[in-house]
Amino acid sequence: MSYEFLQTLWFILIAVLWIGFYFLEGFDFGVGMLLIFLGKKDSERRAIINAIGPTWDGNEVWLLTAGGATFAAFPQWYATMFSGFYLALFLLLVGLIIRGIALEYRSKDSNPKWRSLFDWMIAVGSFLSALLLGTAFANLARGVPIDGRMMYTGNLFTLLNPYGLLGGLATVAVFLLHGANFLALKLEGELRERVYNLSKRLYIGAVVITTLLLIGTYFYTDIRTKLGVNPGVTPIASYAVLLLTIIFINRKMEGWAFVATGLHIVLTQVTFFMLMFPRLMISSLNPDWSLTIYNASSSQYTLTVMSIIALIFVPIVLAYQGWTYYMFRKRISTKKDSLVY
Amino acid sequence: MDPITLSRWQFGLTTVYHFLFVPLTLGLGWFVAFMQTRYYQTKDETFRKMAKFWGKLFLINFAIGVVTGIVQEFQFGMNWSEYSRFVGDIFGAPLAIEALMAFFMESTFLGIWIFGEGRVPEKVHLASIWLVAIGSNLSALWILLANGWMQHPVGYVINAVTGRAQMVDFFAVITNPKGWIFFWHTISAGLATASFLILGVSAYHLVRKTNYADLFKRSFQIAAIVGLVSSVLVFLGGHTQGQYIYQTQPMKMASIEALWETEKPASFSILTIGDLSGKKEVWSLRLPGFTSFLACNNFNCEVRGVNDIQAEYEQKYGPGDYIPLMVVTYWTFRFMMLTGLLMILLSALFLLALRGDITKTKWMKWVPWVIVLPYIANSSGWILTEMGRQPWIVQGLLKVQDAVSPNLTTVDLLISLIGYAVVYGALAAADFHLMKKYALAGPDAALRESVDVESVLIGAQD
Ligand code: HDD
Ligand code: HEM
Ligand code: HEM
Repeated sequence: MSYEFLQTLWFILIAVLWIGFYFLEGFDFGVGMLLIFLGKKDSERRAIINAIGPTWDGNEVWLLTAGGATFAAFPQWYATMFSGFYLALFLLLVGLIIRGIALEYRSKDSNPKWRSLFDWMIAVGSFLSALLLGTAFANLARGVPIDGRMMYTGNLFTLLNPYGLLGGLATVAVFLLHGANFLALKLEGELRERVYNLSKRLYIGAVVITTLLLIGTYFYTDIRTKLGVNPGVTPIASYAVLLLTIIFINRKMEGWAFVATGLHIVLTQVTFFMLMFPRLMISSLNPDWSLTIYNASSSQYTLTVMSIIALIFVPIVLAYQGWTYYMFRKRISTKKDSLVY
Repeated sequence: MDPITLSRWQFGLTTVYHFLFVPLTLGLGWFVAFMQTRYYQTKDETFRKMAKFWGKLFLINFAIGVVTGIVQEFQFGMNWSEYSRFVGDIFGAPLAIEALMAFFMESTFLGIWIFGEGRVPEKVHLASIWLVAIGSNLSALWILLANGWMQHPVGYVINAVTGRAQMVDFFAVITNPKGWIFFWHTISAGLATASFLILGVSAYHLVRKTNYADLFKRSFQIAAIVGLVSSVLVFLGGHTQGQYIYQTQPMKMASIEALWETEKPASFSILTIGDLSGKKEVWSLRLPGFTSFLACNNFNCEVRGVNDIQAEYEQKYGPGDYIPLMVVTYWTFRFMMLTGLLMILLSALFLLALRGDITKTKWMKWVPWVIVLPYIANSSGWILTEMGRQPWIVQGLLKVQDAVSPNLTTVDLLISLIGYAVVYGALAAADFHLMKKYALAGPDAALRESVDVESVLIGAQD
């Protein structure tokens, strides 16, 4: 396999990992944020958490694998991005930590103050994580200051520009809707009705912010100059799918609604990666200083080894993760005995 | 303080913290899997409750391992970007494989284990806890192979154009003896850690004669056996470590022993007092020939001293200080050795005591304190491993001072360091609260339903 082929392959693989992560953790984060608004009673909150309980940790591993794969395949990208976005990533880590620990610990003590505190941590951690991830990706698309030695020269506030924040908010809004659709799929009874009512409002928010993001993307990124791959109709299709979601919500076709928001997330991420390719980080200072799959990758030998390993293990992982969702496909009621584990 | 010092403190603290929770995960998973298997085979309720009880403690501990592990995965790029650029071609691979092979496995099957009881077939439920145990130990293997490469780089060349390390032999990287010795020593240390936790908690209940005397007696018995075997394995693994260090990291060896001048045969220092700089010996009490034994399995081989190696390294790598902070390497090693020997002794004693009625023994009420022993040894072991490698981050190839992210400021690092301290402090408090609560409450609490419908939520109206 030629070097260039391998570099492209690993760009695609990492893109797939991020897309998978966004699709899966997207609803986990959404559910986490919705927890305190939807769940009025302890049993309801427990039911909402149980909807993601068995699988959230596995979903998070998509992020870890994306990180590990980036380190292995494009070490320069890993080094520049992670050191450059230092404080943003630190906050992301804090978000992930407080959410993760709260998901595991909130039910292990029945003191109402304890539970309330950890429920808030789930919500705040999910919000923070979604916001920061969205902000980071928007900035990657927009370009960040990188000098001739592949060094990031900005700081945290460089990332907090209007377009970056718009990306963050859009991610939050879409994840909220995606999470609501997932809950509609997993819950039953009165709680499910409440989810529907909320979905309609969340839908409006998601559409408004996504519209702004779409417009912003044509102004702030180089999507028109087509330095990357021309995404063509992908962004439009992504937007159209989001618009369609309301039909499914109104008709209570939660399965399709979930597929729709999922597809929207996937297509948005596809747009992003097409816009980037073959660049990994766009330098806003000088296009020649951008990190690309050619100047940031590992050696051909390493990429070959890693390709073989990925070829063996990715299908296995997909098989058992898919199987887990199948095992836990039943709806969750708020009846006490069905919540116990 | 400069960014390098702060980065080192941050990495050291967060990693040692992560490793406070990891060994118990590594060891306790096997115990729970074993207990549940016994239940599956015998349908003896005691085993079911046993698996539930220890499983609860396993879960509480596991959660912190997970959330602090994410930090570890990202820190290389965040704080050590030049290191990441230099080694990414090699070091990234085991990290990615770890996630793909191990993290997915343990997190997915842990979800099934927690939520699947009564919902998935019993066999699947049993298999899932085994897969969790295997997965976490596999994750240890890959990260240790990564760390092993930093201690003893193999299978690479330095690219003449880029100046970066480049992998040429993947097989050499994954068969690196250093990594496998780490694995041996660490896995047995994990089992020993879990054994001593079980011994301590069981003793607490046995003294108080709760209505679960049988459950805790059997737990105590299993843990005493595993504790003895694993402590001996840890010892043998540690001895093998010593021999390998002698061959590959002579400076670490010499500084563990506070051996300034080359000796043949080399004596083992029982107590050495250095001067204030920590770089000169003032007085010492020594056991003749023992360091030679530790290093090469016979009592009279030559072990080179710090001064000789320093001179050699200056020739080889240019001027500089190649001597690790000796107070640390010296004492951490002694802490580890001492606790290690004590653990062998204690678990043997416990086994002997089991022949009589252990609930009647007077010293039983002191046994809970043994839980701290493996924790001292684990932390000492890693601090020794890592600080004994200084000033290198990759032995002989890259120094720590050249590895740090150049763009980070003192302010950045103060924010993150203080932030981690606060968050990790809170995590420790929550973990300790829950561990204590469930450990002391006994099996009934672990069996009780975790949904408390009655409790009204603060701030949310009904
Ligand atoms: C229960 C925990 C425990 C116990 C009782 C011991 N160790 Fe240990 N030791 C560890 C837990 C540990 C560890 C934390 O797991 C380390 C860090 C790296 C590693 O592989 O294991 C370690 C590292 C470590 C190293 C440094 C490896 C290196 O830097 O390359 C040596 C030389 C030893 N050990 C030797 C011993 C000896 C001679 C012991 C005598 C009984 C001993 N250890 C007991
Ligand atoms: C989990 C067990 C580990 C512990 C407790 C541990 C502990 C430490 C400590 C105490 C330091 C600070 C040493 C100093 O600055 O003087 C350090 C540094 C470091 N360790 Fe480890 N370490 C562990 C595992 C690892 C592993 C598995 C890796 C790599 C895969 C690693 C990579 C590093 C790096 C990159 C540094 C920073 C440079 C340095 O200061 O030496 N460590 N570690
Ligand atoms: C500094 C290097 C290290 C890195 C980058 C690292 C990475 C990680 C990550 C990302 C997790 C969370 C996995 C999850 O979400 O499921 C984790 C947890 C864990 N790590 Fe570490 N780790 C390091 C040191 C170690 C060492 C030295 C060992 C064992 C010898 C180890 C073994 C484990 C185990 C058993 C867990 C328990 C929880 C879990 O795997 O989910 N780690 N680590």
